[in-house]
Amino acid sequence: MNIIYTDSLVIGGGLAGLRVAIAAKQRGYESIILSLMPAKRSHSAAAQGGMQASLGACIKGDGDDEDVHFADTVKGSDWGCDQDVARMFVNTSPKAIRQLSAWGVPWSRVRGGDRDVIINGEKVTITEKHDAHGLITARDFGGTKKWRTCYTSDGTGHTMLYAMDNKAIELNIPVHERKEAIALIHDDGVCHGAVVRDLITGELSAYIAKATTIATGGYGRLYSVSTNAIICEGIGAAIALETGVATLGNMEAVQFHPTAIVPVGILTTEGCRGDGGLLLDKDGYRFMPDYEPDKKELASRDVVSRRMTEHMRKGKGVPSRYGDHLWLDITLLGRQHIEKNLREVKEICEYFLGIDPVKEYIPVRPTQHYSMGGVRTQATGESPTLQGLFSCGEAACWDMHGFNRLGGNSVAETVVAGMIVGEYVADHCAKKSLNVSTTVIEHFMNRETDKIGALLTREYGENPFQLKAEMQKIMMDKVGIFRNGPDLEAAVEELKLLNQRAKKVALRNKISSSNPELVEAIRVPKMIKLAQCVAYGAMLRTESRGAHAREDYPERNDRDWLKRTLTTWKDDDADLPEISYEDLDIMKMEMPPGSRGYGVDNTVHHPDTEKRVAQIEEIKKANPTADRHEMQELLNPLEIPEKFKGRNERIGRGYN
Amino acid sequence: MSDEGRILRFQIFRYNPQKKGDKPRMVTYEVTEAPGMTIFIALNDIRENQDPSLQFDFICRAGICGSCGMVINGAPDLACRTLTSKFEDGEITLLPLPGFELIGDLSVNTGKFMRGMSERVESWIHDPDADKVNYNELEERMDPDIMEEVYELERCVECGCCISACATKRMRPDFLSAVGFMRLARFHLDPRDKRTDEEFYEILGDDDGVFGCMTLLGCEDYCPKDLPHQTQIAFLRRKMALVK
Repeated sequence: MNIIYTDSLVIGGGLAGLRVAIAAKQRGYESIILSLMPAKRSHSAAAQGGMQASLGACIKGDGDDEDVHFADTVKGSDWGCDQDVARMFVNTSPKAIRQLSAWGVPWSRVRGGDRDVIINGEKVTITEKHDAHGLITARDFGGTKKWRTCYTSDGTGHTMLYAMDNKAIELNIPVHERKEAIALIHDDGVCHGAVVRDLITGELSAYIAKATTIATGGYGRLYSVSTNAIICEGIGAAIALETGVATLGNMEAVQFHPTAIVPVGILTTEGCRGDGGLLLDKDGYRFMPDYEPDKKELASRDVVSRRMTEHMRKGKGVPSRYGDHLWLDITLLGRQHIEKNLREVKEICEYFLGIDPVKEYIPVRPTQHYSMGGVRTQATGESPTLQGLFSCGEAACWDMHGFNRLGGNSVAETVVAGMIVGEYVADHCAKKSLNVSTTVIEHFMNRETDKIGALLTREYGENPFQLKAEMQKIMMDKVGIFRNGPDLEAAVEELKLLNQRAKKVALRNKISSSNPELVEAIRVPKMIKLAQCVAYGAMLRTESRGAHAREDYPERNDRDWLKRTLTTWKDDDADLPEISYEDLDIMKMEMPPGSRGYGVDNTVHHPDTEKRVAQIEEIKKANPTADRHEMQELLNPLEIPEKFKGRNERIGRGYN
Repeated sequence: MSDEGRILRFQIFRYNPQKKGDKPRMVTYEVTEAPGMTIFIALNDIRENQDPSLQFDFICRAGICGSCGMVINGAPDLACRTLTSKFEDGEITLLPLPGFELIGDLSVNTGKFMRGMSERVESWIHDPDADKVNYNELEERMDPDIMEEVYELERCVECGCCISACATKRMRPDFLSAVGFMRLARFHLDPRDKRTDEEFYEILGDDDGVFGCMTLLGCEDYCPKDLPHQTQIAFLRRKMALVK
């Protein structure tokens, strides 16, 4: 039995995983990162538009701070997020971006003086402050009050990932490439590591660690069309689910991005609209102001995606052999801007569509993009039910996004959560000693060996590629942007059958080493279970919140549904997961539920909302001299590692 | 692009070093072309419907991660963004990138090489004061133009096409190659990296470094990201010639 020991095992080599490993290593704990491929190829690299941090250096970010970022994030989440976590995040994001700057990310910088920008379809001249010259600049993104999204052209994720992986290489952190964690090793409520398959030799090893962190990204590939990389199959979340002990949170919260190209679903960044691009229908008409007169194209992503779908349902879509789509027009931004700030978008248009976006419109359609749900964690990043199991980044439901994530908050989460959770992982390594019986390790190793053996010896059975395609189609057709009871019930039933069939997979290529069909056969049953969590959770949640939009329950219902969905799968033979809920406590909210300001506000309010609003008024009255930092302490006292407690400096404003 | 769906003929290199007795060979597969089909789509079609053992690497399928470099009709390129409609006769020959350890079929181990390259050029900011930075304070100011130029050089996706297109690399196994030069040029330009020219010379001032380049410039011709290899190699060479 091949056993590898370390202090901190990190599954996933994207931004979040790398940052956790770096934090632990800097505190003196050995870390090993497992990655399906070279870390620099992770899906983090695909983040184009930027990272939100309230630096407030560019003129359109003037007046920005943690409080404004916090309000945008909570509103964006449709009050579904954990406000303690959102607070930790917004307060730490400026530090994270400055650290990345020191580590080499070539953030685009403020250029003092006049420059022309496009706002609301018009060319406008804005004047950047000379004393901000050379500081990190920002662009506009959806659902934000200020220009807060810091960027490097439209290759932000790429530059962040390269800087982060380079830092990990500097610290001599090993990345074990082409390794896949296929099961967690645990007993008695404690996680001890993972059973890991080498994707080249097929050999299984046990990686044993004090802390195991799942940072494997989202589960976008449960859908047939997704902007996600093809490795975003949710396997990290699935192996947590399969412990029967760890819980997943808000799995039904799935975001659709307004502007992926048709038909292949590759993303064009929100920066296109942030920089002034418009959405047009088949008549070349700009329709978003009719639906959302205030934020227009820059309403929150879930809102824009729904409005686009509504508009296409009215017959205003552009017909094509791949179904209807709409146009994204960035021609008004001009060649110079596109070639400098939207060059990845330009390349994608040239290669995949054969068009020049400087002169032609881009065919786009809302497409699966982000998983708000994932491994449920506490604010420390640790699972509340399985000790020693941590998770961060898109794989986790740390829960700063609730039911809708703001653009620019995802790469920001990866590095900020990585910083914070990394400290807690290091604390955990300091406190705990490795104490695991080899019998336990052997049990899990044997179990996985037997499962693979069964796959390789079964003569006839199901084709894993076909099962996956069927699952993806169900999710696409029945668990999409708009949802309804009958479709969701059908999806739940159909997925149950797929789950049964997935127990009888047989392979055509019966070898245990490097074998893409075997990889698929190991993953597909796990993916189907995740799909069941999403569909079942969506069926039970009879309200609309953020990206979860029920046609039969269009109102946000705080009274009955201001709660987080928790999913477990205790009995492997069961054909459905178990779902329970945890309440979000309004009486502890810094920002009690209100209106997001889109469309008609039909919220069913919770009785505590009024109470909490009154209580906050009282607190404000009782502390008339409290500044915003003191007020935050009164309303939402934070537990955060000491090193992240400092206030953030801003140009022209100091530490206020 | 036509709706007719012509038949494409793929000739694909097959060899699985993990399988005892397996021999390298070319195998032909036929695929019905679909509108907008890329080599990514075609290879998956072959794997799912004809031969589930076929090995290849794709991650982003959008031309940004650099996983899918392979030799397509004689030229190294990213397979995910290569449209099959580009090949008029419908004949497409695929070989794994040379210059890297073969994993199997079209899959090569670029990761091992690139990690080695990053370690060799010390692909990170060298600044003795870096650990003293207080991240609550305003970040160090940077010239906006310089940052844009650094980004231009940082667009490399480590796909390995430059290595496969490099004749010098074929002759000198330890040749640092264009990907390494570009990385060094990037850090040389970055004011946050405090390394001196003498220190850079230690890394690239020999025949396995920038002086070994025969300037055939396959790197410039085949870089999928159109990075300015020629200019940067010339620049580094001039800089390094001035050292000592």
